[in-house]
Amino acid sequence: MLLIACPHCGPRDEAEFVCGGQTHIARPGPPETTSDAQWARYLFERDNPKGLHLERWLHRHGCGQWFNVARDTLTHEVKAVYGLLDTRPDVT
Amino acid sequence: MADALEGRAPIVWPDRLRVAALPPQARFVFRGDAEAAARAGDAFGATLPMTPCRAAADDARAALWLGPDEWLLLAPPGTEDGTARDIAAALADLPHALACVSDRHAALTVSGPRAETLLAAGCALDLDPRAFPQGMCTRSLLAKAEIVLWRHQPASFRLEVRRSFAAYVWDFLAEAAREHASA
Ligand SMILES: [Zn+2]
Repeated sequence: MLLIACPHCGPRDEAEFVCGGQTHIARPGPPETTSDAQWARYLFERDNPKGLHLERWLHRHGCGQWFNVARDTLTHEVKAVYGLLDTRPDVT
Repeated sequence: MADALEGRAPIVWPDRLRVAALPPQARFVFRGDAEAAARAGDAFGATLPMTPCRAAADDARAALWLGPDEWLLLAPPGTEDGTARDIAAALADLPHALACVSDRHAALTVSGPRAETLLAAGCALDLDPRAFPQGMCTRSLLAKAEIVLWRHQPASFRLEVRRSFAAYVWDFLAEAAREHASA
């Protein structure tokens, strides 16, 4: 089980959260000039790193807010918690 | 609407624990920004706390922080129309949402010196008074049910439960109480 520090509520059990997958995915555009390959990448292709992963989480059974988490997929260490619109943090 | 826990006799473990259903209650969910919340508090009669996971209450009314733009308001039964009118009038020019949810929840109290122990059977929160003091409230999980948990008195918690989960939560607490009593 992960212990995730919600930016609003503080440290909470993983069961209160929903993971929304990889974050910082920029929508391509405009549609008229976007190729099928670009759309496919945007919709379906995700990183699957062994190590640092930047991902969105929702405090579903808490404050109801989305935020970003930098997590190590190997050790499960949460290296940073930051706002949904913040730039990527300085972690490795 | 009939209360979801109507007719349930309190679960009592003398001097240690008491689980009791609460009577019907007027409930609202208010959503809006800080300015809207401040004005809603004036109209409602209890401050909407801006501090995360805190409740403000007097004998009749309470406002519980649920999220940065979301509060649960509790008022005496039958006051729905007046409360909705007062808040709508005070916020006519501000974006906000006010939803009456009186019949959405059932409520119960878990009190006594073993209240934390009982809740810990299904809730991962640190309920020590230093971590979860009087006046603290939050949405969380009890076993598989979402709850709003509020330490409304030093040794008493109030639980707000979706009415369709009320029987499940009650039976879960009864089972946990039996286990602790026999240990
Ligand atoms: Zn939260």
